[in-house]
Amino acid sequence: MAEDACMFMVHQTIGSVLCCKCGIPMAPNAANMCVKCLRSEVDITEGLQKHVIIIHCPECDTYLQPPRTWIKAQLESKELLTFCVKRLKNLNKVRLVHAEFLWTEPHSKRIKVKLRVQKEVLNGAILEQAYTVEYVVHEQMCESCSRVQANPDQWVAAVQLRQHVSHRRTFFYLEQLILRHDAAVRAIRIKQMEQGVDFFFANRSHGVKFVEFLGKVVPIRSRHDKQLVSHDIKSNNYNYKYTFSVEICPICREDLICLPSKVAVSLGNLGPLVICTKVSNNIALLDPFTLRHCFLDADQYWRTSFKSLLSSRQLVEYIVLDMEALSSEVNVGGLKYVLADAQVARVSDFGKNDTIFSVRTHLGHLLNPGDYALGYDLYGANSNDIELEKYKGFVLPDAILIKKSYEEKRQRKRGKPRAWKLKSLNMEVDDSAKGGRVDEEKMESEYEKFLRDLEENPELRLNISLYHNKEYQPSEVASTMTDGEEGPTVPLEELLADLDLSDVEAEEDTMRE
Amino acid sequence: MATRLQFENSCEIGVFSKLTNAYCLVAIGGSENFYSTFEAELADVIPVVKTSIAGTRIIGRLCAGNKNGLLLPHNTTDQELQHLRNSLPDQVVVQRIEERLSALGNCIACNDHVALTHTDLDRETEEMIADVLGVEVFRQTIAGNILVGSYCAFSNRGGLVHPHTSIEDLDELSTLLQVPLVAGTVNRGSEVIAAGLTVNDWTAFCGSDTTATELSVIESVFKLREAQPSAIVDEMRKSLIDTYV
Repeated sequence: MAEDACMFMVHQTIGSVLCCKCGIPMAPNAANMCVKCLRSEVDITEGLQKHVIIIHCPECDTYLQPPRTWIKAQLESKELLTFCVKRLKNLNKVRLVHAEFLWTEPHSKRIKVKLRVQKEVLNGAILEQAYTVEYVVHEQMCESCSRVQANPDQWVAAVQLRQHVSHRRTFFYLEQLILRHDAAVRAIRIKQMEQGVDFFFANRSHGVKFVEFLGKVVPIRSRHDKQLVSHDIKSNNYNYKYTFSVEICPICREDLICLPSKVAVSLGNLGPLVICTKVSNNIALLDPFTLRHCFLDADQYWRTSFKSLLSSRQLVEYIVLDMEALSSEVNVGGLKYVLADAQVARVSDFGKNDTIFSVRTHLGHLLNPGDYALGYDLYGANSNDIELEKYKGFVLPDAILIKKSYEEKRQRKRGKPRAWKLKSLNMEVDDSAKGGRVDEEKMESEYEKFLRDLEENPELRLNISLYHNKEYQPSEVASTMTDGEEGPTVPLEELLADLDLSDVEAEEDTMRE
Repeated sequence: MATRLQFENSCEIGVFSKLTNAYCLVAIGGSENFYSTFEAELADVIPVVKTSIAGTRIIGRLCAGNKNGLLLPHNTTDQELQHLRNSLPDQVVVQRIEERLSALGNCIACNDHVALTHTDLDRETEEMIADVLGVEVFRQTIAGNILVGSYCAFSNRGGLVHPHTSIEDLDELSTLLQVPLVAGTVNRGSEVIAAGLTVNDWTAFCGSDTTATELSVIESVFKLREAQPSAIVDEMRKSLIDTYV
């Protein structure tokens, strides 16, 4: 500052004084003692821990942070260093400037950390000193690991998820939703059962949370029970096993429903023949003859539960012969429909007889003469639904078209891999379920149907994650063969790149070599 | 020779005593030990006077003096002043001065010829110092400290200053004082030189914490090894005889 003001400053040379203990010349400091003498005078590491015992779980490679947290850390990792330094008591009395691992043999069960600390000593002189702390690693299994070791089936809460329908479509969709939201990460075991899936949790709250998640994505009804396993009257500890029984409503997308008269009236005389167009935490119903629609939430549904008249397994393929639109496009709950009169014939009849049905359909926007469509054959169906019989004098239509069929277009693609894939939950299959191979085949065909559904309905894809299939190579032949309309596919931009850590590491390894 | 001693378990003996070439003042202590150490060393040469200044025992920090005179702060009582006038040799002028900075020992460092003073002392005080002590007065700082009386101690033969004093400052000060100076410490690294050390031309007293190294620095810079009162007299006599012859 003085130099700025153009003042003359005498240059100051720092002289040397004799160390007051040993008498060697040195630059004057706050203690006026050379560093060696200062060290011999005061040991700033006095009272700091040099030997510490840490507890390590060999099963899950975690370290115990008292009182009960277990921290996952690799040897020589930053996390382990932080953990080790945190375990030292009295370290707040000095200033830590550096810490590093000294290499030790992993089998020696010793970790050595070299620390460099600073502390103020003797009227303002700051002394820095390095010392080594030896950590003795004691092996002790953590609570969860020891519980698993004792009995791997140790669960506290079980969620039994069931849907009483003949197919597993709902569970395929639910699996994707669970994966997308990581809802079942805490599950210790997932078991595929007949008509459902069982989820086992180590903690009641995890089970409750999972049931809550299910309630948000599908219309469910649940009840819970608990069973006393053991109890300690002295400390008033009770040990329960909790079971959550969760039932998903048996109505699925594309089901044909005959509403009970009470429900139909309460929904403003909807139906009574309606199609379920969507199932989320509520059920969307559409009257295909009037394009009226309504939503039922889980409460409303379970108050007067009803079953479907016909479900998607009973869909029959039709060919559209003629199409006459009756209305312009109508937006119903986010989807567009056009009411139309159609003349259709069953594909199985086509060329054999002249049975033609003239039906009303809500798919006027999709279907053109010559297209194939899937629908319910009420003409040939032998329904014995109690609700339907209650409607006296109600004339059933001959057929109800549900969706366009892409079966013809698919013939070409059969056997080729898709450009995308789905992840799957790690599920155990219940061995006690009968069936075996037949069951497996049925499952595979249902899964294939589910994948096709995904391709056909962009709305269905909204809530689930699709990943790039690395094995897929777009063939040039297929692209040149595009003759007009192709079967529905998933646009490439919707797919997620799958993060595969093991691959990346392998690549790095090869690069190093 | 330098002597190590304590005043009632305190090593800051410069606070409780004042040593010049003509007299020595010591504080009134509970124990006779402190007084008798001075007495043993000095009794047959100069008077050792027990006193208080302004009712306190920190006499070394409150007064400033050399063989010519003694300056006392304004809050010195009449009795104390009278006691000192009675006890000190006649040629020593004892003067009480009106100075706002009453810790004169902290503000003034002097030998028999030169005085370094605090930069803020009054002009009247400065004149008084020159008159009473018979010295040349320089307003100075030592290693940036304005309390020159605290951070240095010098006699007519040498001086010890604050350890952080730069070489240039050391040169300047020794030119002013015309005695060799050295930067050093007392009482095991203490920088408050004058508090731990009181010195005249032939002897020095320092706190009992002072290490052998510090002691050897003190003895060499103040030239205490060859210096005895008799040696000075011998020297003077030699020169006198020289002139006679």
